[in-house]
This record gives sequence, C-alpha cells and structure tokens, in this order.
Amino acid sequence: MIRFVYIIVGMAVLLLSSGIASGFERFPPPDFESGYEQPSPTTPNPRQDIYEYIDAFVLLAVLSLASYLVLRKRRRRLIFVLSILSLFYFGFWREGCVCPIGAIQNVALSIFDSDYAVPITVMIFFLLPLVFTLFFGRIFCAAVCPLGAIQDVVLLRPTSVPEWLESGLRLFAYVYLAAAVLFAATGSAFIICRYDPFISFFRLSGDFNMLILGVCFLFVGMFIGRPYCRFACPYGIIMRQLSRISKWRVAITPDDCIKCRLCEDSCPFGAIRAPTEDWSPQDYNKNKKLLVVLILLLPVLVFSCGWIGFALRPVTSRMHATVRLADGIYLEETGQAQETTDTSSAFRATGKEVQDLYAEALDIQAEFGLGGWIFGGFVGLVIALKLIVLSLRRQRTDYEAGRAGCLACGRCFEYCPKEHTKRKLAKETIDKS
Amino acid sequence: MAENKNDINRRHFLRNGLWAACLTGLGAITGALSRKCSAQNLFWQIDPEICIACGNCATYCVLEESAVKCVHAYAMCGYCRICFGFFGPEPHDINDAAENQLCPTGAIIRKYLKDDDPYYEYTIDEPLCMGCGKCVLGCNTFGNGSLFLQVRHDRCLNCNECSIAVACPSGAYKRVPADKPYLLKRADSA
Repeated sequence: MIRFVYIIVGMAVLLLSSGIASGFERFPPPDFESGYEQPSPTTPNPRQDIYEYIDAFVLLAVLSLASYLVLRKRRRRLIFVLSILSLFYFGFWREGCVCPIGAIQNVALSIFDSDYAVPITVMIFFLLPLVFTLFFGRIFCAAVCPLGAIQDVVLLRPTSVPEWLESGLRLFAYVYLAAAVLFAATGSAFIICRYDPFISFFRLSGDFNMLILGVCFLFVGMFIGRPYCRFACPYGIIMRQLSRISKWRVAITPDDCIKCRLCEDSCPFGAIRAPTEDWSPQDYNKNKKLLVVLILLLPVLVFSCGWIGFALRPVTSRMHATVRLADGIYLEETGQAQETTDTSSAFRATGKEVQDLYAEALDIQAEFGLGGWIFGGFVGLVIALKLIVLSLRRQRTDYEAGRAGCLACGRCFEYCPKEHTKRKLAKETIDKS
Repeated sequence: MAENKNDINRRHFLRNGLWAACLTGLGAITGALSRKCSAQNLFWQIDPEICIACGNCATYCVLEESAVKCVHAYAMCGYCRICFGFFGPEPHDINDAAENQLCPTGAIIRKYLKDDDPYYEYTIDEPLCMGCGKCVLGCNTFGNGSLFLQVRHDRCLNCNECSIAVACPSGAYKRVPADKPYLLKRADSA
C-alpha cells in the first residue's frame, strides 16, 4: 500500500511539470497474444441533416397554411389551433432550436466571421418568415412562433397598455436587437439564446434563473398580451419594419368599416388604430415647430448615443472570452488577484505569451469601439425617428390594424358585425345550394 | 379622406419601391451568404487536446444528465493493473470496491483479461457516466491519456449557443461539421 503511494508521489513530481492535456505513452500498450479483440470507442451519429430540411419544410407549410387562415379563412379558432400545433412541433418536439429569433445571431456571425459558415437550414429559418412578412404581414407571430404561442395560451385577462408606455418599453427590443447583433458579430456570445425565457419549458430542464424569468413572463402575460413579443423580441423588430410595407395584411372588417367601435378594445396587443381627429391650426403650427426641432435633434441624438456606445467598450468587450481572460491574467500578473482560476491556468498551460494575449484583447476592444458607435448610433436613430413620427400628422378614417404592431392573431375578426353578416350570407348560400 | 388621388398614387409608388427594395435586400443577404453557406449542420464538440477536464461539463449542460460522457481510446490504453483513471489517489486496496474508485458514480468497469496475464480492460458504462472528467484528469496526469471527454450526439440537443461552451475555461468547445462530429484521440496522435 505504502509503495503504491510512493509510486504516485514520484510520478506526480516527475510528470506535473509536463502539461496536462496531452497524452503520453507512459505505459506502452500491450501486445495481446490470446486473440483479445480490442474494442473501439462508439460514435453515435448526430441528427441527420435530412431532418433539418424536414423542419424547414414544416416551417414553409405552416407559414403558408397560416397565411391562408389569416387572410382568406379569417377564423381565430383555426389560427389558434395551428399555433398550438406549432408550439408542440417547434417548441416541445424540436425543443426550441433552431428558431428564427436566434438565427439573427448566426447570420450576423457569418457576415463578420470568415471562419463561420451558417448552415443552409438556419438561413432558411431566418429568411422564410421575413419573406412571408413582406407579402402577408406578421404571419409568423400569429401561428408559427412557439414563443408567441406559449404566451397566447396563458393570456386570460388582457389589459391595455398606454401608448407612451408601449413605445417606451419597445425601445428595449431595439436595444436588445442591436446588442445581440453586436455580441454575435464580435463572436462573444449569443445573448438571445442565453436569455430565452421559454426554452426551459420546451426542454423541461435548464437554467433555474431562466426558468424563473420564464415564469415571470408567463405571469405578466396573463394580464398583458405577449410581453416578450412586444417589448423584447428582436426578430419582431425586424418584422415590424417589413410588415409596414407588406403587400397584403390583416383587415379587421371584410367590408367597409362602419365605425361601430365594437372592435376598439378587441386587440390585447393594442394594435388597433382608431380614426384620427383633425388637427386645429394651433396644433398644426405647434407640431410643425416641434418637427423642425426634432429633425435638428436627430444627428445630435445619433452622435451622442453612438459616443456612449463607444465609451462603453471596456464594459461591452468583457462579453468576449479573450478579453475576460486577459483581464484575469492582468490582475494575476500585477498581483491584484492572489488565486488563479481554471481559465488562467488553462491559458498558462498553453505556453502562449501574455503580451500576445493583451494585444489580442486590445484588438477585440477596438472592434467593440467601432461596434459601439454603430450600436449606439442605431439606438439614437430609433429614438429620434420615434420622436419625429409622434409629431407627424396621420390620417385615418377607419378602424385599422396597425401595420407594424398587428400580430395577425385574428382576434378582432369576430368583433366586426360585418364579418358576421358575411358569414351568415355565405352559410345561407351553402344551405340553398 | 382629404388626400387627392395623386397623393395616394405617390404614396403607393413609394411604398411599392420600398417593398421591392426590401425584397431585393433579403435576396442580397441570401446571395452574399449563400457562397459561405454550409450544406451541413454544425455540432458542438470538445477538442480533447485543449480540454483540461475541469468538471464544468457535468454541471453546465442544459440537460439534467449531461450530454458529455467519457470516451476511451482503447488503442492508447496501457491496460495497467493500477489505473490512475480508475483508482482514487490513496486507495485502501487494489480492487473494485467502491471506496477505492475515483469515479463518483462507479461508471468505469475494470475487467481482468484472463489469458493476458497482468492486463486489465477499462470500459465506460455510459448510462452511469456524468461527464465530470475526474478519470480524464487522472489518466492524463499520470497515465497514457486514453480517457477523454466527448459530446455524445445521441444525447446533445445541439443548442444554438452551447451553455457548457460558455462556461468552458479553456475554450475547448468547437463547432464541427456533421460528417466529422467527433474529435477522437488516436494512438498515433499522442
């Protein structure tokens, strides 16, 4: 027994100086004489690519069917059933990966990182819903997105959110989108995936903190319709802009609007726009002056927000593993940190020069400086444009589904008396024939 | 409606132009990336040459039971009687009793090869293995380094961002193409 301990101690002294990770032939493999058959390690195959294409095909099929249901069939119940099916397929069966929301990051990474090639199926997941949005509006949100569906299921008592609060909270989604692209493009992190609140429900396991966040979202979602979609979803932000100019879109009434106001409160997402009132000449003049001020403010906002983004680079760049490592090594080298971490000892075992690491970290920080200008400039532009739009005159004579905010869920259809007349007529025609 | 007919037309024209521009833009993204697109899906894998067997794989996976398991490159194994991946640092005795074992779940099976006298075969009982890497560290430090950790693709969910990769201190996680989903240690690579 004691001899065994000696052997180990001796070996430890001998071998600890040489690295840890690489293997050595310290004990030569034996030559077997008795016909012993040496097993080889098993390598179970990953999911076949063909299934990824099947997923893409299912996405196309569900999007097409949803477009038909929303724009032609106009039945909330069918749209809801389809969204539940998507929830089970893309959510619980496919366990949430890969989704178009997260695919933003893969696309951003492949644009900026020459080593990363985005898989075709991920490309399809990113593009297909956007193309459908350009043609039919936010169909993806209505019946395909599992994150939207899980929030739709729990929506019990929708309360309306005031317009100013809605726009203010939505700003977070713009910042989230810009941050996700910044961190993905620099190869630091995929924050959309990391902070996906519902993925732990789909997988029935996962990080505890994210589970708590998901429960909070679902609880809030009982009273405020789809909080993630409206105030956080970065993909929703892209779709908002595209659906503003979509070829076809949800119409509340199948006929002419009679301004009966029945649909006014039917939308749990506050996406129905009421007819506008005419402005008085005083209002008109006041807003004209405001508009001039705001247009002059635009470059100031863009520049100052951009500068803030640039100045934040020591903070933002810490999302990158190399910068974090360099920080840790620097603290150890200067004696500010006494204990080494796994990360720093792993780095030291590679035998790379500390100065090279610092240089690399500084390069990455410079990238974050440029990225910060773009990130901040984008956020500033969004704020400025939102303010400008507030002081523009809109003209609406009918109740309409807001072009950007409408999630095409179809709840408002059944509130329109014209819809009922039409359905009754259709039914009578069928009965007669 | 206060607008005259021309106004509506102009608005429609602008909107249609923007619409076409957006569609072209999406097409341009497709075109630019299609050259870089890979027809294969990408999967996460551990580079065993970089892995330091810190133990994060056991705890950071989104799965309750980690998708990372220990894999044995038999061709590199010394078939030792005293295996540093199997026995704890100070075993009471050289036998299979649980208190002598390094593996917290007893997932390594030690088999005496009858005909080849002093040799012992070590196999991993995969359902028991939790990917903590204790045996990997022992084998790499004192032995041939034939034990190493790998992401098992029959279990891995292939998250878009692997949460073990985020927690990996040595940056050993890589995205690998579907036709080479494993980075195995081989006798000639040692």
